[in-house]
Amino acid sequence: MVAATYAVPAILVFVTSALLILAGAVGVISVKNPVHAAICLIMTLFGVAVAFVAQSADFLAAVQIIVYAGAIVVLFLFVIMFLGVDRNMHVSVEPLVGQRAFAAAGVVITVAGLITLMATSHWVTGATSVTGKLVTGNGNVKQLGTAVFTTYLFAFEATAALLIIAVVGAVLLARRERATTEEEVNA
Amino acid sequence: MNVPASWYLVLAAVLFGVGAFGLLTRRSALIMFMCLELMLNAVNLTFVTFSRTLSDISGQASVFFVMVVAAAEVTVGLGIVVAVFRRRSSTSVDELSELKG
Repeated sequence: MVAATYAVPAILVFVTSALLILAGAVGVISVKNPVHAAICLIMTLFGVAVAFVAQSADFLAAVQIIVYAGAIVVLFLFVIMFLGVDRNMHVSVEPLVGQRAFAAAGVVITVAGLITLMATSHWVTGATSVTGKLVTGNGNVKQLGTAVFTTYLFAFEATAALLIIAVVGAVLLARRERATTEEEVNA
Repeated sequence: MNVPASWYLVLAAVLFGVGAFGLLTRRSALIMFMCLELMLNAVNLTFVTFSRTLSDISGQASVFFVMVVAAAEVTVGLGIVVAVFRRRSSTSVDELSELKG
């Protein structure tokens, strides 16, 4: 048995994160109420954070909780509350005939293809790392910070511009139009 | 000793599949955005797994940037959902058929 050669704690951590991730993901796509879907999404995000910690990506696990579970899901919940929960969403209605079957077939083919690709590929390319060997075990926050602020400095600055543009765009989109303009349009 | 990378890779592939199925079948724009987040998380998990396997911090740096882009995408996307909701009183993507040829 393959499992016998690996440490039991590592397997337990993997199983825990897998259960959290898959239960949350199935919840997101199956529940009716958008608020429940957002809660299920938090569960998946926590599971991914567990998987990050297990693979010595401590900083990313913290960011996963703070940014995803803390900011993005709260934004989702805020918009759901702002719009009012949509009660007339019928999960069972299928406007396009056979849509589910085609979607399921496409997804199964995609996932099977991905797994086949993983099983048959050799990942070692022989290329040397541009940022040096990964520090494992004792935390690699410093190494990640160095990489982001030296090798990836341009990309980092570009994301700053991207965030500013996104915030301005969101404010512009969500702004209520002036009442006079709407009256003019209606008249 | 940690579990083999392939376990995490298969988990990420399945998570991607679940997210893709939800994106293709659900009608609410909000739920579709959540499914998009699922798919992005699957990709992030793959990045981190390869970062460990190939012993290269670049994978984790990529995840960092994916997270930033995801945050920006959700901000703008939800802004669009709110703007559409003002006009249509619905977040169903089936209602948005005006550009249909």
